[in-house]
Amino acid sequence: MQKLPTWADVVLIPVINLALAFLVSGLVILYIGENPVHALEVMVNGAMGSTRGWGYTLFFATNFIFTGLAVAVAYHASLFNIGGEGQAALGGLGVALVCLAVDWPFWWLALPFAVIGGALFGAAWAAIPAWLNAKRGSHIVITTIMFNFIASALMVYLLVNILKAPGMAPESRGFPDGTNLPTAFDVLGLFGIPFNKFAPLNVAFLVALAACWGVWVLIWRTRLGYEIRAYGKSEPAAVYAGISPVRIIMVTMLISGGLAGLMGVNAVMGEAERLTLDSVQGAGFVGIAVALMGRNHPVGVFLAAVLFGALYQGGIELEFEIPAISREMILVIQALVILFTGALDGMVRTPLERLFVSLRRKGAA
Amino acid sequence: MDLNTVLLILDSTLRLATPLLFACLAGLFSERAGVFDIGLEGKMLIAAFFSAAAAALTGNVWLGLLAGCAASMALAAIHGLASITFRGNQLISGVAINFLATGLTVLIAQDWFQQGGRTPQLEGGARFQPITLPFAETLRDVPVFGQIYYDLISGHTILVYAGFLAVPATWYVLFRTRFGLRLRAVGENPGAVDTAGVSVTGLRYGAVMICGLLCGFAGAYLSTGLSAGFVKDMSAGRGFIALAALIFAKWRPWSALGACLLFGLLDALGNRFQSIEIAGIALPVQFMQALPYILTVVILAGFVGKAIPPRAGGEAYVKER
Repeated sequence: MQKLPTWADVVLIPVINLALAFLVSGLVILYIGENPVHALEVMVNGAMGSTRGWGYTLFFATNFIFTGLAVAVAYHASLFNIGGEGQAALGGLGVALVCLAVDWPFWWLALPFAVIGGALFGAAWAAIPAWLNAKRGSHIVITTIMFNFIASALMVYLLVNILKAPGMAPESRGFPDGTNLPTAFDVLGLFGIPFNKFAPLNVAFLVALAACWGVWVLIWRTRLGYEIRAYGKSEPAAVYAGISPVRIIMVTMLISGGLAGLMGVNAVMGEAERLTLDSVQGAGFVGIAVALMGRNHPVGVFLAAVLFGALYQGGIELEFEIPAISREMILVIQALVILFTGALDGMVRTPLERLFVSLRRKGAA
Repeated sequence: MDLNTVLLILDSTLRLATPLLFACLAGLFSERAGVFDIGLEGKMLIAAFFSAAAAALTGNVWLGLLAGCAASMALAAIHGLASITFRGNQLISGVAINFLATGLTVLIAQDWFQQGGRTPQLEGGARFQPITLPFAETLRDVPVFGQIYYDLISGHTILVYAGFLAVPATWYVLFRTRFGLRLRAVGENPGAVDTAGVSVTGLRYGAVMICGLLCGFAGAYLSTGLSAGFVKDMSAGRGFIALAALIFAKWRPWSALGACLLFGLLDALGNRFQSIEIAGIALPVQFMQALPYILTVVILAGFVGKAIPPRAGGEAYVKER
């Protein structure tokens, strides 16, 4: 018997977890000697109070959708892909190579190739840990962590020694104009809707939405998705049903790495328009929080990504408005969200389950 | 390379290996008891901050060490609560702890000292000072041996020696005491330990708290021994290198010493040379930095000896009802 009604599992528990995380964050702000309510106002206003705020919020959200989906897809096969950071970095490299290779005439011609480049490189970076897990039984969490560090060393090497443009900073030369993706200002402007000109939100957001839809179709509407979920629920049962674990691990991790790699389309091609050292900026790890909050469902991932996007944008405004609270406050909130929704889930779930069971007993009696 | 250069590199190897060693032994206790810990990095970082902060405020490095250990053990307690009591995912808890430490250290540092997330520079009694071992000065002029004794073995802070003594101590506790036997058993087969009437929860909490304590030493050494004060993100991935060393050592204390020395040496070499030529091929410094991780992946792949983790690692223990 199901102990909890679905709505409690999908809505109530995440909301309680989130409230707890924000409560503790509020205490931290109180400790610093600032007013948490005022801080929250600043954050909400900064993230959603203007088209500029929305432009940044949804730009960050686009990154988090990609990395969140990457974690979610792997999770359905009971694989914990903690390597989104490295896969997204390599994805950025793939996108950059595509953009630099050809003098693209139109963005809509460059975009599909950049998508392929990002996904291919991200997937390739996930392929080795996946293969080691499938064939040699190496723990996927540890290998993907190691690959994050290897990726970061590789990116430093490439940007310092090979791709570096003349000048001081270790970054590639700027991409040709033909690869510049239209921003929300350009697109909405066509319909006469005013939008902030400098906000980095761009058409990669639509790619992210398409990715959400694609993941939903994959996981719940295809044979492969069924096999992934079956394998995730029970490996022995999946093997008995003729599902090859090696194939599922490989395919799932390639898709997961590819999704993380797509982040480069937004961050590298859409915003920076050159390859820089810190193009990922921790988004790979935010993906873990996003997938946890979103219960590994694309709709949930989308909502959680927007929430975290708002958190990031709001946090930047917060530092601007209240200098006593540094930007690292975002990391604290993020940590608490991961802690309460992920690790301490049982703290909320167990008493709630008891509550619902006893309510049901009373109802029956 | 002459003897002096070699000694310099080895000397810096010892110093760079010390924080790795503490963190690696910390992970050893936790993982041998069946609690995975990818939050070594975070615990080390928070200990580094609170050690430096307390040392800066009181001028006493020992109080700093105490504060660092307390902070690290507080995070260890959260990890224990999440992974033992509430049977949450140990990996996710570790990720959260790493973020929490990164955020809180800078936030509190900014609040207390207003120096952009650092602590003030530590001086005098607020730092661990090098110790000159007996006879080091007299033996200094003895060729080779005296030089090695004076330059390499003498002249480190007390935490370096403590780190190296912690290896036999860990070995003794784990393999020669009743507590150690039970601790290892709880990481392999908690059900059997429970049947014998020993508390699985108690043992695992014990192991997690020892892990917190040792991470405290690692962090304190970073900010009050190796450098003079806390700077943002100063653990710089060392917790993960320690984790790599732990796997490289296949969860054994003496091998952990070897692994940490090897990774310390790589770090020291990377600091000293921009690129290293081996057999006519110039290896870039980034390759040296990535080598610990690459070696760990190779070990994990099982091509060079198989690394088999404790069997019950990563799983919460559920008593049958």
